Amino acid sequence: MSTRSALIAASVLAMASAVAFAAESPNLGRVATPEEIAAWDISIGPDGVGLPPGGGTPKQGEAVYAARCVACHGEKGAGKPNDQLVGGQGTLPGDKPPVKTVGSFWPHATTVFDYVRRAMPYNESKSLNNDEVYAVVAYILNLNGIIADNDTMDAQTLRKVKMPNRDGFVTFSRGK
Amino acid sequence: MATNRSTVHGSDLDTVAGNGLLHRRMFLTAGTAAAAAVASATLPNPAAADALPVEPWMKVPGSGFVGYGQPSKFESKVARTFASLPGTTGTGAARTPHHLLDGMITPNGVHFERSHSGIPDINPDTHRLLIHGLVKRPLVFTLESLGRYPRESRVAFLECGGNGQLLYQKEPAPVGVQAIHGLVSCAEWTGVKLSVLLQEAGVDPKAKWILAEGADAAGMSRSIPVAKAMDDALIALYQNGERVRPSNGYPMRLLLPGYEGNMNVKWLRRIKLTEGPTMTKDETSKYTITLPDGKSLQFVLPQEGNSVITLPSPGLTMKGPGLYEISGLAWSGYGRVTKVEVSADGGKSWARAALQPPVLSKALTRFRIPWRWNGGPAVLQSRATDETGYVQPTREKMIAARGNRTIYHSNAITTWAVSDKGEVKHVYA
Repeated sequence: MSTRSALIAASVLAMASAVAFAAESPNLGRVATPEEIAAWDISIGPDGVGLPPGGGTPKQGEAVYAARCVACHGEKGAGKPNDQLVGGQGTLPGDKPPVKTVGSFWPHATTVFDYVRRAMPYNESKSLNNDEVYAVVAYILNLNGIIADNDTMDAQTLRKVKMPNRDGFVTFSRGK
Repeated sequence: MATNRSTVHGSDLDTVAGNGLLHRRMFLTAGTAAAAAVASATLPNPAAADALPVEPWMKVPGSGFVGYGQPSKFESKVARTFASLPGTTGTGAARTPHHLLDGMITPNGVHFERSHSGIPDINPDTHRLLIHGLVKRPLVFTLESLGRYPRESRVAFLECGGNGQLLYQKEPAPVGVQAIHGLVSCAEWTGVKLSVLLQEAGVDPKAKWILAEGADAAGMSRSIPVAKAMDDALIALYQNGERVRPSNGYPMRLLLPGYEGNMNVKWLRRIKLTEGPTMTKDETSKYTITLPDGKSLQFVLPQEGNSVITLPSPGLTMKGPGLYEISGLAWSGYGRVTKVEVSADGGKSWARAALQPPVLSKALTRFRIPWRWNGGPAVLQSRATDETGYVQPTREKMIAARGNRTIYHSNAITTWAVSDKGEVKHVYA
């Protein structure tokens, strides 16, 4: 074998082993079952896919809010000691500090459901049932004038809610 | 611009910028006449020299071994400062005391922390990582199974999207580097490349984003472009050689070098491949930059080029005129820091600082420059440039571009004023 062909053979071998190596992976994950995934997958995107069964009205939500939310978020979502949930529409442009609430700022109603279900109430997160989450979301949306008093929020209606600041976001691009 | 010239022992030492900044290599040129002259010029007054006692600890054996070492009891001031939201104990931030540290690595005990519902007490044996969504095979990993994967280490800074937010205030906050820039830290992170796990799961080409979710009570979650996940994202298991600290995501966190701290999800339990971003609470109602026209910039992912002088800085009083080293930290989420300039005259003139090796992409970089303080007022600033050519802006320029009605992604030049008494204060200049 000439030096040149030996080099070629060596490089072909090296390539072959590199390919074989790249294909190797420990593969130590076990396949998750649909039931396991359903129990863990609590994120809800703007399309509303995965919203659970159940529903609630602003009136039902008022009772949930009084029992579980008012201590941190104030009467009718006015805020204090923690985040204000209601009001602030029209305050985003200008020189004064913007008042950012669910009504003035949040672009998607699905995010309110997602966040309340996963993280609220602060001291007992994930303790509200789906009806209670839908109801309290309905209450906050109603206080903000986004849905009517008798509207029910459920998997079909929530995803169709158009938030006032839905078009208020621009994806950042460096240098612009 | 008047040039400061000094003659020490008959040797001219040219300043390279106004108000006493010296060439960055001056301390390194040992053996030259200049260095020798400086060394003799800065010797303390022999009349004030301390006695040289034989101390008690030189005469009896010291204390014994301990399992996990702690800093000297004389260093108790080297601690984080922190605040929590009303009615909470672990929702808020703890800040790194950069004015009391040196080098580029932040010790684990003082690495900054931002948490949204306290620190969960996670049992590593029962913790699971689920990868699902737009994949061929949804997979569950235990910590033990991840431990058998090839690991790699990466030195990376983490910076909260809210670091530096005090610079948006109309008046300069009367605080120091810990309050202003304590939400950035840097560690060597070791773990498993996320791309390896995603390849095993088989990513559907329709998937353009991942959702990463923590196992804390807030289920903190963020959307991240798949391209970043496949590039340099790491499932970090170790922090500076030991298991990731609970406050930083034990037993595993996502590390996205250069990206906004909040996206580096701690206590990682779930990754879901999705077509679009999930629009979580923390990428819509928070961590967005509201502009004067009312629109808000969203998905501001890498942290911008930034720097701050840590020595001297507020709380560290200068002790008389003479030679000092100005030192600080610079970083960019877009790559390496290529240049740091320092000014002692409020930005009228600049001198190039030395960058201390190693200078790593998306890591804190330590800079140093010698300064002969003449005992008069001085206004100290640092300005970083990164490998993309981006230059850290002045505060005026940053606010002109985006207003001051946000708390996120401040990267403006920070200014310290030194008084003729040697006191250092935060000012705007």
